[in-house]
This record gives sequence, structure tokens and C-alpha cells, in this order.
Amino acid sequence: MTAFTPLASLFGGALIGLSAVLLMAFHGRIAGMTGILTGVIPPLARDWSWRAAFLAGAIVAPALLLASGGIEIGFESPVPAPWLVIGGLIVGVGVYFGSGCTSGHGVCGLARFSPRSLVATLVFMAATFATVFVVRHLLGGF
Amino acid sequence: MARIALAALIGLVFGTGIAISGMINPAKVLNFFDIAGTWDPSLAFVMGGALVVTMIGYRFVLRRPAPVFDTRFHLPGSRAIDTRLVAGSAVFGIGWGITGFCPGGAIPALGLMETDAFVFVAAMVGGIVLARIAQTALVRPATAAN
Repeated sequence: MTAFTPLASLFGGALIGLSAVLLMAFHGRIAGMTGILTGVIPPLARDWSWRAAFLAGAIVAPALLLASGGIEIGFESPVPAPWLVIGGLIVGVGVYFGSGCTSGHGVCGLARFSPRSLVATLVFMAATFATVFVVRHLLGGF
Repeated sequence: MARIALAALIGLVFGTGIAISGMINPAKVLNFFDIAGTWDPSLAFVMGGALVVTMIGYRFVLRRPAPVFDTRFHLPGSRAIDTRLVAGSAVFGIGWGITGFCPGGAIPALGLMETDAFVFVAAMVGGIVLARIAQTALVRPATAAN
């Protein structure tokens, strides 16, 4: 069980949206984690430096929140390591060919009414619902 | 320099949003997708909040002639709804459903120094590298044949 946190989730979501708006306003870029990350995997994209800076900021943020002490960040990974490896490989292949993930298609793409992103988002949401159902209720897994 | 510093700051806002919203927590993500079990609808609020702010913000930003640090907005040009997009997205969903990690949640999770986040991200980067190699291998012979 995890607690239902509508206010924290709404506020956190709004911050994700704010970062997407700022990255478009200043850098003219979609705040999609797949695209930003792919550009720092060798061979590096020519404009790798802002991407690396964005990633560094994103990684440091939870550490700073923890260090500030005022906030509790829930983290629980119920999935055994071998399945994290398999799932991670699958996610990497999927987001590369699908040209984006939750942030790129699900937030930035939908926000600019991209039909491609709408299709991608509906497909990956449906696939995720189906997978969780199969893993948890048919296979009795994690 | 301001361009790089601001990118870091914007990344910080993104990571803070991921952490506060609960997207950083694989258990919470998996529970969102488990309507038949321990359902936690929180992620609908994350997506909703992010979407509303981005929709409104983009309306103002994209009306401007150019972003502050560039000569143009880099918007994806492809409009094709093809097998690649649909199959790739379906594959991503399967991996997300197995692990509870998506790229935007997993990268900030590295900052929590959790081993599971490192394992997932390493495998995900491996997947991206493999996909790139596969694409190069598949595209080159086809181009050569023409």
C-alpha cells in the first residue's frame, strides 16, 4: 500500500510542468527525459552540455530535499534486481524507438496537442496497466 | 554559461517535482496501475498538474518568436503515427509495468542513492545503446540497397 497524496502529487506535477515551460522558454527544448538522456550517451549530441546540466540538477534535487530535512521522500522498489535489469533494458529499447516517455509524450507532447504523443501516451499507459495486471494478478508477482 | 546554469536550475525544478509528486517511488507508480489491487490514484494528479501548467505555459511561450538562448524552438517535426512509434511505446509500457520505473522517475531517483535506481538506469542506458546499434544496423543496409 502507498498513501493517496493528491495535494503533494498535484504540486509536484505542477513543478514538472513549470520545468517543461521554462526549458521551452529559455532553451527551446522539450523537457523529455528520453531525449535529454540520449544526447549524453556517447556518441554525444553536439549540445550535450545543457543536457548534462539538466540531468545533474534533476539528480541533485532529491538529495537536496533530503538534506534540507523538512520533507520525507517515499521510495520503495518491490521488484527483484534481475527483473529491474530486464525491465530497464525493455524501457530503454521502447523509449528509443517510441521517441519518448512519460515526460516527453505524456506531458510536453500532450500539452502541445501532438497526435503522435497522444497515440504514444495511450499505448504506453494501456501497456503498463496490462503488464501490472498480468504480473500482479495472473502471475502472482511483485 | 547562463544557458548551462539555467538548464541545471530547470533540472532541479524537474527533480523536485518528481520527488514531491511521488513519481520517484516505483511502488507508488505500480500501485497507480493496479486498479484491481492496491490502487493509489495519486499519479493522475501528477500528470494532471504537469499537463495543465505546461499547456498554459506553452501557449504563452510558443507565441514568442524564439527562446531566450536559441534562434528557434526545437519541436519534433515528425507527424507519422507508424509502427515504430506504437511498438516502441508498447514496449516501454511493458518495462514500466514490470519495474515501476520510467526514465523521468528513475534519473532523479539516483539522487536518493538507492541501489535499485542505479541497477535500473544502467540497464535502461544499455537498452538505449542496443536500440541505437540495432537501428544503425537495420538502416544502413537498406540505404545501401537504394
